[in-house]
Order: sequence, then structure tokens, then C-alpha cells
Amino acid sequence: MSNAGGFKSLNRYYDMLAGNAAYVPIFGAYDSIATTTLGSAQTTITFSSIPSTYTHLQIRGIARATGSFTNADGLIRFNSDTGANYAHHALYGDGANVTTTAGTSTTSGRFARNAQIANNNTASCFSAFVVDILDYANASKYKTVRTLVGYDANGSGISELESSLWQSTSAVTQIDLTTDGGNFAQYSSFALYGIKGA
Amino acid sequence: MAAGNTYDAIATQTLSSAAASVTFSSIAGTYTDLVLVTSIRKSTTGVSAYLRANNDSGTNYSTTYLYGSGTSAISTRDTNRTFFDSLGAAGSSMAAGTFALSVNHIMNYANSTTNKTVLARKQYSNTSGTWDYVEASVSLWRSTAAITQLDVLAISGNFDIGSTFSLYGIASA
Repeated sequence: MSNAGGFKSLNRYYDMLAGNAAYVPIFGAYDSIATTTLGSAQTTITFSSIPSTYTHLQIRGIARATGSFTNADGLIRFNSDTGANYAHHALYGDGANVTTTAGTSTTSGRFARNAQIANNNTASCFSAFVVDILDYANASKYKTVRTLVGYDANGSGISELESSLWQSTSAVTQIDLTTDGGNFAQYSSFALYGIKGA
Repeated sequence: MAAGNTYDAIATQTLSSAAASVTFSSIAGTYTDLVLVTSIRKSTTGVSAYLRANNDSGTNYSTTYLYGSGTSAISTRDTNRTFFDSLGAAGSSMAAGTFALSVNHIMNYANSTTNKTVLARKQYSNTSGTWDYVEASVSLWRSTAAITQLDVLAISGNFDIGSTFSLYGIASA
């Protein structure tokens, strides 16, 4: 078969397939969607225009708050919804005591409850977190978030399991992360991934 | 946007003979996070296995634990240790065939500006009802060096045949 004229059009490509299946690039089941690493302190981390082509989302990262506190909360909000449509529960240990807390009808969820290390704590130490947002594109379910989060600073620290609920059946298309401990500090890093279903 | 497969298997080791340690060396800095998944049984009664970065045996590690034993929830802390205490092991007193499972998230391991934090989940389940734990922990390595080597250490005794150690890399856009 001649390739005179080159491969310049979709019709030409289909001609060249000669009945074979077209090439469709197959990405993995776990894709990187976007990453933000802070060169300077920043108030809000926003992931917008999130496609609905995945089954679950995961946010992984490290963060530190700039406020004059030992630790703080990490807050999560979906689709810019500032209504009292969130709830959250936490179970955490501080090295001596185990505590469980909850909040209902709040204006944001939590991805850290006191597990966000802040400026009064040891320098160069960052909280780490893995946030799973399950069935985020489902239009018939409220959205549930679970988080493994914590920090250790060689003498202080919190290990925590956290969950949040967003009482909305809307598909999640935007995620905003903030902290009640000021801004996120330089070198904080947030990576959003999409996990596909079969 | 989507950049292809970002969760790669780097290496897996399954022990065909007992060993006191398992090493992952020459870890490329091309990923954002590492995930270490282990299934471990030891020749001694201890129920921990340990992780060391870059062969650093200094007292530069610490861990905060949260765990449940089936009867109570407990939080404790270790400071100035010579390893991450972030991996579980089924000890020799546990029922035969029992292995402890652990998943360690080694976050932002390749940056050279922050100390390194490891999030861990591990559990031991034993048919006798003793040494049954589920645990979440967070560990610190007080070093800003990029992690290029991880050693899983038994410290006492050996890891038994059949113990598995799998290292994955997660790359972000």
C-alpha cells in the first residue's frame, strides 16, 4: 500500500488500518491528574475541572501551616460549596492519649484534625496525608472521604484516621484545600490522582 | 492532565531462605512517593520489623502510634530511634502460617528540602487472640536527603521463608 502523500488525515489513517482496530492509547488504572508544590506560602490549593472519567480520586502530599500554632486542621471543600453541608469524624493519637472528635453541619470537611503541623513546631517537619475521595463522580450518592494523616516531630506528633461527608449528589469537579492554621507553607506539595474502575 | 501509568512496581522480593534484612538500593528519584507493602513473619517472638533510610543508623527516627488491641485504643511514641518502627511482623509465637501485613507510604522521598515522613498501616491477626493489633502510625526521619536506599531489618532473628517485600513508585504530573 502506498503512503504517497503521507499520513495527514484521519481518513488516511482509517484507510491504512485495513480493517484492524484503531490505536487507542491505554493509560494505567492510576493516573496523575495535577500536582502543586508551593514555592511560597499559599492560602488555598485548588484542583479544578476534574474530569469524571475516574472512579475514585486520591490526594497525596505533605503540608505545613504558617500560623503560630503547634498544629492545625486541614480543610477540604468541594465544588466551592460553602454551605453547612459537611460532616467529619476523627480518631487520633498524640503519643499518650487517644481522642475522637466529630463535627456536623460544618462548612467544610477535614483532611486533618490537629494533624496539620504548624509553624511553632520543629522546622522542616511536614504532615503527610493520603486522602481518598470515593465514587466522586456518582450522581446518586453523597460523597465520602477517608484520610490517613499525621506528623511526627521527634517528641510530638499525631497519627490519625479521618473521614468526611459532603452531603451532595453532585459529581465533584473542584477540590479546595485550606488550613485553619494560616497558609500552607513553602514546600507543601499536593498531588491529585485518578483511579479507574474496570 | 492524565500522564499515563503513574503507579509502578519497582521491585519485589520473596524470601526463599531466611534473611535478616532486605535491601532496596539505587532507588531512582523519579517518583513523588514510594509505597512499601510487606507480608512478614519472623523467627523470633518480636512483632515488629524496621525500616532504615540510606543506611543511616543514627538516632534520627521517631514514630507516633495509634493502635487498637481489641480491648482498648492506645497511642504511644518512640523518639531518637535508629530506624522507622513502621512495619509489622508475625512473631514465632503466632499461629503457623500467620504473616503481618503492612503498607508504608514514604512521602516526597526524593526532595532535598524537608525531613521525611512515613505514614503506615499495619496489622497482626493471631488465632489465639493475643497479639491482635490494627495500627496507624506516622514516622519521621530527620534528614532532608533524598532517599535512595531502604533496608528492611529484622533486628532480632530472621525473616521467615515466604515473607514478601514489594516497593512501588508513584509519579505525579
